[in-house]
Amino acid sequence: MLQLDDLRLRQGDFRLTANWTLAEGDRLALIGPSGAGKSTLLAAIAGFLRPDSGALRWNGADLTAEPPARRPVAMLFQDQNLFPHLSILRNVGLGIRPDLRLNAAQRAQALAALERVGLGGMAERLPGSLSGGQQSRAALARVLVQDRPLLLLDEPFSALGPALRAEMLDLVTALLDETGGTLIMVSHAPEDARRIGGLLSLVDEGHAAAPVPGGEAFANPSPGLRRYLG
Amino acid sequence: MAGRAAALAILTFLLVPLGAVFWRAGGGAMPDVHDWAAVRFTLWQAALSAVASTLLAVPVARAVARRRFPGRGALIALMGAPFILPVIVAVIGLIAVYGRGGLVNDLLGLACLPPPGDGRPRCLSVSIYGLHGVVLAHVFFNLPLAVRLILQGWLAIPAERFRLAAHLGAGPGDVQRLLEWPMLRATLPGVVLIVFAICLSSFAVALTLGGGPRATTVELAIYQAFTYDFDLARAAMLSLVQLLLVTGAGLLALRLGRTEGFGAGLDRRIDMLPPGGRALWLGDAAWMTVAALFLLLPLGAVAVRGLSGLAEMPPSVWGATGNSLAIALSATLLTVSVALALALARRGWVDLAGMAPLAASPLVLGTGLFLLINPVARPVDWALVVTLAVNVAMALPFVLRIVLPAAQEVERSYGRLADSLGMRGMARLRWLILPRMRRPLGFAAGLTAALSMGDLGVIALFSDPDKATLPLTVFRLMGAYRTEAAAGAALLLLVLSFGLFLIFDLGGRGAATR
Repeated sequence: MLQLDDLRLRQGDFRLTANWTLAEGDRLALIGPSGAGKSTLLAAIAGFLRPDSGALRWNGADLTAEPPARRPVAMLFQDQNLFPHLSILRNVGLGIRPDLRLNAAQRAQALAALERVGLGGMAERLPGSLSGGQQSRAALARVLVQDRPLLLLDEPFSALGPALRAEMLDLVTALLDETGGTLIMVSHAPEDARRIGGLLSLVDEGHAAAPVPGGEAFANPSPGLRRYLG
Repeated sequence: MAGRAAALAILTFLLVPLGAVFWRAGGGAMPDVHDWAAVRFTLWQAALSAVASTLLAVPVARAVARRRFPGRGALIALMGAPFILPVIVAVIGLIAVYGRGGLVNDLLGLACLPPPGDGRPRCLSVSIYGLHGVVLAHVFFNLPLAVRLILQGWLAIPAERFRLAAHLGAGPGDVQRLLEWPMLRATLPGVVLIVFAICLSSFAVALTLGGGPRATTVELAIYQAFTYDFDLARAAMLSLVQLLLVTGAGLLALRLGRTEGFGAGLDRRIDMLPPGGRALWLGDAAWMTVAALFLLLPLGAVAVRGLSGLAEMPPSVWGATGNSLAIALSATLLTVSVALALALARRGWVDLAGMAPLAASPLVLGTGLFLLINPVARPVDWALVVTLAVNVAMALPFVLRIVLPAAQEVERSYGRLADSLGMRGMARLRWLILPRMRRPLGFAAGLTAALSMGDLGVIALFSDPDKATLPLTVFRLMGAYRTEAAAGAALLLLVLSFGLFLIFDLGGRGAATR
């Protein structure tokens, strides 16, 4: 269970508060206007931003002071999710060992992850030679080997077309079904939130609202959500 | 941690010898009218040299950035040449082209006007001595550096941006406004100030092409105070003046040198699309041709004169060559490691410590070390070690200026990803920093090796026939009027300096993959 205990974030003049919990296995879409603080909240959960006050807990353990790599978190950023100078296999391998000293079993694990996301046979290619969709798949393969219970997506698929983006979200959902992982994703598009079929939190006016089931929220939108959906 | 330790070591190395000079000098003297003239001349020639070098570099860098032609790589390598050209070799070449009896004056002599009434032909001639000679030499040395720095700015704009601009139908004017001008605005002030700071410390050029009351730099005045009069009080006062001048320029450079990133590209190999139009093409070609000739003629003159002198070289040249190679390679390893440690420390004052040697005069540093060593050991026994240490300190600001922005760019683009994956220490260095920084590191290593190889400064104060470096040997051969042998040794020095630079720079430019 992820707990945001009266979390207060500040970046320059920007402020954001959040006070809610998320159960293990939940899938949450953060939606809201640009600049509302969706990415800021994700950065705080991932450990790139120290909260002003409040605490962040995972299954009761306080994460607030933990560095990014020691949190139960795998994250995909908006861009730069792969190192362009390293092969796809090495990019995935970094998720297993950051010093890339992989033994045979770990190497096989990375290759299997590539196979699972549909990139079998591309292990030695460089990211620049892959299509946008293939790059996203490679990044997801790394998430798979990282084997962290909490996956954070900061719009990593926003550059892809609608069909491809839907395909990626389906792949993410399928992977989470296998691993039982928890998902928090940032999105501009309400249909993305519908696609993952989980919870919804509106981030607006300095506040990240408590998650509510997406179907309910869309059927009976709050004033803020109605304003956002237009 | 390593960064902070290195920064402290640098500051100690700079300040303790300076303290020794002041202590020995007993407080210092007041500047007289000659000293003020030296200050004025130093500032004026440095400003002229910096502005001329930078303004001329912009069209050359743009031409090189946007044109593809056979020999482009060689032209880029040539742009690295004069900065790493040993000063003593360069001066021989410049005098051969612009001096009395040189190429330019021979050409001007062909265009003499017919004699008027008094029967003497009226000829134009140029002299390489005085202010314009000093500025000419400084532009010769620094124009290519400015081109390379600005070219790096151009190459730092991801190719994807140019492709996007081309895709949007942007003409050359639009590309200039949208991509190039913001890059130049971020890059040029730093470039001007770097050249200005280099020229502030001009010693060897002023020694050979300046001199006299109207063309003496502060640095040259320090040397004269030491070698002619051994007047430590005046030398200490002058070194304080020099310290203030160069610290001011260094701080300014640091302030203005901060550049914004252009975001990262995906390492796709996309060539910058050259703009169409015959006039633009001709203009680019002309800029590159003039720049190439400006650089190649003096180098060619050295090669021609040196070839005939190779057979005249005394055996002492080979021992000196060994000394110089050992110093150059050690200095390279040390400087690049220290610069990388400073760049990765991510602290403002550490960065500043790396720039601090810009404020130091090699001659003052050398004399201070001499005074420190003298009571406990024979300074000549330490000549090579002192030379190595001073070379590292002197190369560090330039290397840091190259390495630091590259390191910041890597951190900006990939720092979070590396953090989230737990890449720290050696793993981060090996799989992120070194491969992403291969190109600037190779360039920086090449610069250091060649600068150290060709350095003629502090070693001159520690004269010992057995402990010479190759540049000192060339200098001594010239002083002994063994012109042929000096030219031969100069050619050897030229080949070694350039060879070291090319090996490192080309090594860095190979694609870092997989």
